[in-house]
Amino acid sequence: MLSRDQVLHVARLARLELSEAEVQRMSEELSKVLDHIEKIGELGDLAGVEPTSHVTAVENALRADEPRPSLPAEVALRGAPEPDMGGFRVPSPGPPPA
Amino acid sequence: MSDALSLTAAEAAARIRAGELDAGELWHGYRERAAADEYNAFTWVAEAGEPPAVDSQAPLAGVPVAVKDLFCTAGVPSQAGSKILEGYRPPYTATSVAHLTGAGAPLLAKTNQDEFAMGSSTENSAYGPTLNPWDRTRVPGGSSGGSAAAVAAGSAPWAIGTDTGGSIRQPAALCGIVGMKPTYGAISRYGMIAFASSLDQAGPFTRDVTDAALLLGAMAGRDPCDSTSVGLPAPVELPSRTDLSGIRLGVPEELTGEGIEPGVLVSFEETLDRARELGAAVEPCRLPHAPHALSAYYLIAPAEASSNLARYDGVRYGFRAGGVRDLLRMYTETRDQGFGAEVKRRIMLGTYALSSGYYDAYYGRAQQVRTLIGRDFHAVWERFDFVATPTAPTVAFELGAKTADPLAMYLNDFCTVPMSLAGIPGISIPSGLSDGLPVGFQLAGPAFSENALLDASHALERAIGFDAAPWRRA
Repeated sequence: MLSRDQVLHVARLARLELSEAEVQRMSEELSKVLDHIEKIGELGDLAGVEPTSHVTAVENALRADEPRPSLPAEVALRGAPEPDMGGFRVPSPGPPPA
Repeated sequence: MSDALSLTAAEAAARIRAGELDAGELWHGYRERAAADEYNAFTWVAEAGEPPAVDSQAPLAGVPVAVKDLFCTAGVPSQAGSKILEGYRPPYTATSVAHLTGAGAPLLAKTNQDEFAMGSSTENSAYGPTLNPWDRTRVPGGSSGGSAAAVAAGSAPWAIGTDTGGSIRQPAALCGIVGMKPTYGAISRYGMIAFASSLDQAGPFTRDVTDAALLLGAMAGRDPCDSTSVGLPAPVELPSRTDLSGIRLGVPEELTGEGIEPGVLVSFEETLDRARELGAAVEPCRLPHAPHALSAYYLIAPAEASSNLARYDGVRYGFRAGGVRDLLRMYTETRDQGFGAEVKRRIMLGTYALSSGYYDAYYGRAQQVRTLIGRDFHAVWERFDFVATPTAPTVAFELGAKTADPLAMYLNDFCTVPMSLAGIPGISIPSGLSDGLPVGFQLAGPAFSENALLDASHALERAIGFDAAPWRRA
């Protein structure tokens, strides 16, 4: 069972603000899913098994580092909630740490 | 016109090319049907008016295509079914979609989906659920349920979607049409709004296997904008095979027993009989680690998703929570209000699996299980050409039946995730009806076996003789 504190910790890591009801529900639902997932523990010691992060045989994809035109700034800003002075305006992160 | 709308895409293209059918008329016919959308299959439909200019001699000859919402389409809403991308109109078009329009298939509509492709029922959409054209009280499957419903309802000649753990094959099965997930890397992911990058792959939804080959051929190819794309080793050929002599078909015990609905198993066994009649050798085989595929998948996919979805912070595009004066609160409130319940659940699950102290036991171990599943398939290919399983454990279920139980929803992917983890191609073709609802038959083969897979599916499809049009049954 995932505790309330664990849920709040993970939510903080994921930058999610959960309501009290969501915290409760998340704890129950995730615990149930994790109970199922933990069956991979039954496979025992996998020490010699290489992990697979990608299935394609491509090792590396290199290209010449040549300048190319990129998305014009005004186009890149077009979908922004608050474009300003050629940038993305955001609320203040607050006063700098003392 | 309704005659032309009952043609397969390949038939319509042939008539346009021969000057027997006007591409503009076909466009208007489909556009009207899509605009009249009875199943909430579409999130956007092209405006009435002049049909787009098309080259009738191009490979796809002007037959229009419907595209899952999560493909970026320049100037056209692309929200991946999420509120957090409200109002987003991308400045560029996904490579796969650009290939289709370049080959003469204009964009007809965008289709509904589970938010960020997370779901198996198309109920997790900011646009509301899509209904199954066979029975509107039931789900079309997911996450590409809008594409599947659009093709099954005859309101699009064909469509594309994406498959991460079954999101093309399962809705194709539940809607009685053909859906194919190609080998990972066959089609560029550039411009696909990402869910789980090591698994996401685009693919076709069509009325028959020939159309699937035609659409796949137009989409596939290496793309410098996606360094994991490799294309296909040979051009996709239109399937012609009418028998299965010499084909060895493996039936994995682990995916064809417990947990599969009896009616689905009956249709599956009947289809294996058809395969035998066509000359295939059908024998049991083993995928010993397949029962653990779902667990590995539900660690790997959410882990990658939690990282991919970190970009939605209310800064650069889409939705931003209003009235917040502090940066951190702007992030957290935007994400709380912008993401739906299932997406939050997966972000939480993935973040947990990647967090300090749990990484090795969850994410690291899941990646090792992924290796074991890949080895299982390699061992099978020494004796068999393909494996066959039911595509989904059940027929289409009722709306709301599984929304309160995430684990029950995840079990829909039981037969499709092993192939996704191994990166190999799989196709679902309709094999018949159970209680009046379509059942899907999945064939999967080694990486890059698309041509052989399409050929075998074509032979089976002919023998089954399924009528993929529910509206003709009424």
